[in-house]
Amino acid sequence: MIRWNEFTKGIIKENPVLILLLGLCPLLAVSATAINSLGMGIAVLFVLVGSNLVVSLFRKFIPDGVRIPVFIIIISTFVTVTDYLMAAYYPPLHKSLGVFVPLIVVNCIILGRAEVFAYRNNIFYSLLDALGMGLGFTLVITIIGMIRELLGSGTVFGLGNFVSYPALIMILPPGGFITIGFLIGVLNWYRQKYK
Amino acid sequence: MEEVNLLGIFISALLINNILLIRFLGLCSFFGVSGRIKASLGMSAAVFFVMTMASMVTWILYYYVLIPLQLEFLRTATFIIVIASLVQLEEIFMKKFFPGLYRALGVYLPLVTTNCAILAVAFLNIDYNFSFIRGLIYTWGVAAGYTIAIVLFSYIRERVELAPVPEPLKGYPISFFIAGLMSLSFLGFKGLFGL
Repeated sequence: MIRWNEFTKGIIKENPVLILLLGLCPLLAVSATAINSLGMGIAVLFVLVGSNLVVSLFRKFIPDGVRIPVFIIIISTFVTVTDYLMAAYYPPLHKSLGVFVPLIVVNCIILGRAEVFAYRNNIFYSLLDALGMGLGFTLVITIIGMIRELLGSGTVFGLGNFVSYPALIMILPPGGFITIGFLIGVLNWYRQKYK
Repeated sequence: MEEVNLLGIFISALLINNILLIRFLGLCSFFGVSGRIKASLGMSAAVFFVMTMASMVTWILYYYVLIPLQLEFLRTATFIIVIASLVQLEEIFMKKFFPGLYRALGVYLPLVTTNCAILAVAFLNIDYNFSFIRGLIYTWGVAAGYTIAIVLFSYIRERVELAPVPEPLKGYPISFFIAGLMSLSFLGFKGLFGL
């Protein structure tokens, strides 16, 4: 019997961004365009899967007292790998994400999952958990990126021209705050109405 | 960046590129501790101490250890470990020599470790090719900007607690809207002194 809910919980019910409010910095900073958001989402997904797998693999050997530094070293290894891979194969994306790629290391989602889940569960469930949480993050950040790009510059993924008078404010910093405020507000309204 | 003078660097970090409202760094603590004014002041002081120490130590380490040994790819891992241990050291140091200050700031110090603003400033000092003095001035500008933003934000939040906010928007969504409006007003500093 496979507990598939370990995978699905991260996407809606325990969504790391909308419900737990973790990882806000990259979420708001890079979501001005859909393509940057997707790139950031995939980078976080990759680091999350890698660190969850390694932490889960070595969970019997990591002493309890120094587990946080060990987690941080494991995570920063994967972040460095991501940073250099992105710089080598997708230089424009790497340039526009800038300092936020190395900053994945302090993304609370990743350390949180290592501590709460991967340290206490086997490899298979840790993989499912990482995939679910990572996809949940990617989904939300891409949606925010699409909304901001559509309203702010009238395109989605750089294609089409849907809005004739785009509101520049949406791709500037305030737009990020307002978009995520609306998303959480709508979610709250939905949950209160259909509890 | 070379021709920009020291005051320009300070003002730019303080207002034009405010770390919280324009650069979106350190948002977890921004929303986490800003419920009370006293807590935001404590957090700002802790950020100031740790950020100053961290950016000085990481700058020296990068230019005098990592570059001569050609270990630049270890930057992410080194910086995060240096910051985590610095926080521990400062905690011990404060407990011994300034017990009053420790009682006031003690709870906020561990939180500072995962504050992305600290790590980001360490990275940005390197990315902008700042000299040691310029880096220090930049760091102080960022810390002062952090203080201004978080203290103003917590004043507004305390007022809004008494306001009749629609039910689904209570709590985080309305805080995001406030942050969006504050960010909008900080955008007004753009172009100040031709920076």
